[in-house]
Amino acid sequence: MTRHTISVLVENKFGVLSRVAGLFSGRGYNIESLSVGETLEPNVAIMTIVTRGDDFIIEQITKQLNKLIDVIKVQDLYETDHVEREMILIKIAPKQADKAEALRITEIFRGRIVDSSQKTYTIQITGDEKKVEAFIELMKPIGVKDIVRSGKIALAREGTKGK
Amino acid sequence: MKKNGAEIAVESLKREGVRHIFGYPGGVVLNIFDVLYDDKDIQLILTRHEQGAVHAADGYARSTGKVGVALVTSGPGATNTITGIATAAMDSIPIVVITGQVPTMLIGNDAFQEADVVGITRPCSKYNYLVKDIKDLASTIKEAFYIASSGRPGPVVIDLPKDVTSATAKFVWPENAELRSYKPTIEGNKWMINKAAEELGKSKKPVIVAGGGVILSGASDEIRELAEITSVPVTTTLMGLGAFPVSHHLSLGMPGMHGTYYANMAIQESDLLFAIGMRFDDRVTGKTDAFAPHAKIIHIDIDPTSIRKNVDVDIPIVGDSKVVLTELLSTLKEKVRPQWTKIREAWLKTIDEWKRLRPLSYQFEENIIKPQYVIERLYEITGGDAIITTEVGQNQMWAAQFFKYDKPRTFLSSGGLGTMGYGFPAAIGAQLANPGKTVIDIAGDGSIQMNIQELATAVIYKLPVKVAILNNRYLGMVRQWQELFYNERYSHTNLDVVPDFIKLAEAYGAVGLRATKPSEVDDVIKEALSTDKPVFMDFVVDWKEKVYPMVPAGAPINEMLFDETEKKDKKLKKDKIVVS
Repeated sequence: MTRHTISVLVENKFGVLSRVAGLFSGRGYNIESLSVGETLEPNVAIMTIVTRGDDFIIEQITKQLNKLIDVIKVQDLYETDHVEREMILIKIAPKQADKAEALRITEIFRGRIVDSSQKTYTIQITGDEKKVEAFIELMKPIGVKDIVRSGKIALAREGTKGK
Repeated sequence: MKKNGAEIAVESLKREGVRHIFGYPGGVVLNIFDVLYDDKDIQLILTRHEQGAVHAADGYARSTGKVGVALVTSGPGATNTITGIATAAMDSIPIVVITGQVPTMLIGNDAFQEADVVGITRPCSKYNYLVKDIKDLASTIKEAFYIASSGRPGPVVIDLPKDVTSATAKFVWPENAELRSYKPTIEGNKWMINKAAEELGKSKKPVIVAGGGVILSGASDEIRELAEITSVPVTTTLMGLGAFPVSHHLSLGMPGMHGTYYANMAIQESDLLFAIGMRFDDRVTGKTDAFAPHAKIIHIDIDPTSIRKNVDVDIPIVGDSKVVLTELLSTLKEKVRPQWTKIREAWLKTIDEWKRLRPLSYQFEENIIKPQYVIERLYEITGGDAIITTEVGQNQMWAAQFFKYDKPRTFLSSGGLGTMGYGFPAAIGAQLANPGKTVIDIAGDGSIQMNIQELATAVIYKLPVKVAILNNRYLGMVRQWQELFYNERYSHTNLDVVPDFIKLAEAYGAVGLRATKPSEVDDVIKEALSTDKPVFMDFVVDWKEKVYPMVPAGAPINEMLFDETEKKDKKLKKDKIVVS
C-alpha cells in the first residue's frame, strides 16, 4: 500500500465532485485528502486527491477516474517529480511561560500569526506534509485547541519526466 | 419559431430516430405527454409500472442495437426506474431514461413527488443530467444519446424539471455531440495486436472467450472468421450467447458456474485465453487464483477499467471488438499458416473427448415434465428462430444451456444485475421492435410475478409475447442452494400453487395454457405459437430438478458438481464450500 497524489482535471460544473467522491466510496477506497479549485480556464477545475492503495487499486482508481465523463485528464504524481504543499491553521492556547517558545517555533517554521486573542494565537503554516506534521508535534505540548488542514495541492515540476 | 421545452424534447427525440417510447405519465411530465398525445411519429407505449417501461426499453435496445427510451414522472416514477437502469448499466445496454422533475424553484424543498434523481442514479447510470435551462435541452438530449450508445454503452438519465418543459426557446439542433472529456478508444494498439497474433500462432491450446461486448460491437462475423481460420474453439459467456453459433463445431457453449464441462475444462487446460468483450465476472471465473492457471491472457475490451480488474492480463488491448478483430484478422491473413489446423488437432480432439464424456444432459421422465425438456422442445419447434428473453434463476440457466443460440441479439437476459422480473417486459420491448418475430420469455413462477402487470401492456398493444413458465412452485435456484448448502432447509422459497396462471392470463384478456405431462408439452407450445395473442404457458415441472453442472461459488471452475456426483458426496460439499 503506497500513498499517491493524483491530480485530476475536471469540467467545472455541479455534481462533478460527487461523481469523483462516489467513485471512491462505491468501491471502498479511501480519500485521505481532497482539494478542489478553479484553474485559469474558469470551466475547468483541478482536484488534488491523496489516496492509498496497492498497484492494482491505484490502477483501478486512475482508470475509473479517466472513465468518468467529466474528467479531462488524470495524472498520478507518484510517477512524476512534483511539489506538494498543504496549509494548516492551528489555534494554540499557550501558558504564559510557553508563549515565547511558541512564537520562536512559528518563526523557525516560517509561519505567521494570523489572529490572536488574550489566551490564543492562530498560526498559519504552509509546507509539505513532513513540515506540517513536525510543527503540529511541536505545538502539542504547548496546547493545541483547534486545527484545520487544507488538504494537499500539488503540481508536477516543469521539464521533468517520470521517476 | 419558438418551441416550448416539451416540444423541443419530443423534436430532439425524433432527430435521434426515436419511434417508440415506453412510459408512464404523472404530474410533472404532463407537458411532454400533451405533445405526444397527437404526435404522428412517436408512439408511446403505456406500461403498467415504470420498472416495466425501462426493461422494455432495454429489451428494445438489446434486440435491435438502437437506443431504447423510457419516459416517467418525478419521485416514485423515477425511483421505480432504478432497477431497470441498474440492469442496463451492468450489461452495458444503451438506453435513455427521461425523468420528470419538480420545477427548478422547488428542487431541494422536499416538494410533492420530489426525489434527488441525479443523486440516486449517479452510481447506476453511465451518465446523468439535470437540465436547468431550456437552452441546454436539445444539446443535452443529443449528448445523452451519444454517450448512451458510444464506447461501452450504458443508460443515461435526463432529469427534466417541469418549468423547463413549459419555458420557450428557439429550437437549435446540434449536428454533433463532442465532449473534450469523453473520447472512447476504438482502435486497438497495433503493437499489442501484433503480439496477440503472434501468441495465437504459437499457442497449442487456445480458447476464445467471447462476451456481451462482441454483440454490442457487432463483431460476430469477425469472431467466427477468427475461430475458423485459426481453428480456435469459442466459449460464449451468458451475455455473449449468440455471438458465436452454439451449433458450430468449434463452439464450447457457455463457461462458468453453470457452464458446460468442456468449456470449463478447456479454459482450465488452455495455454492461451483470448478474452473478447467480456469482463471476467465471478460467475465466469470462479476462484480467480485458480482460473486458467496455465494460460497467457489476451484481453480486448473497450473499457480500460475492465482490463486487469479481476484477473491479470498479459496482452491488454483497449478498443472496440469489431475494429480490433478486423485489424487482427488482416494481420493474421498476412501470415496465414495453413498448418494451424494441424497444430490444434490434438487440442480439438481433447475437447471433443470432453464433449463426448459430459454433454449437457438431464434425465427425461415419462410422468413428470423436466424443465430442460420444455426448453429443448421450444428450440426444436421454433427451429431456433426466436428471440428468447429470460427471468433470473434456474429458468435463466436452463434457457442458456438448452436453447441453441446461433445469432446475436436473440438471447436477452439480465446477466450482471440478475434482475428477476426483467424477461417479460424485455420481451414486450423486443416484440415491439421485431413485429412478426417469435418472442418467448422463459420464466419461473417466481420471476414472472415480479412484473406480471405488464400482461396488460402486451394485450392492449397486441404484442403476442409468449411466456413459458417453468412452474416448480419454488424460487428454484435459491431452493437449489438451500438443498445443496443449507441442509435442505427451504426457508421461504416455497411459493405454493398461487396464482392459477391460466385464469390470470384470461383475466387480462390473454391466453393461458397448461401442460402437466411431457406428452402435453408439444401441443401447448404449438398452440401458443399459432395464437396471435400473448400466451402464458404454464408448464408444471419437477420441483426437485437442479441446474447442473454447478461450480460452487468460490471454487475453481473445473470443480464441477454433476447430477450423479451430487447424490454421492453431498456431505463432503457442505463441509468445504464457502457460500457467497
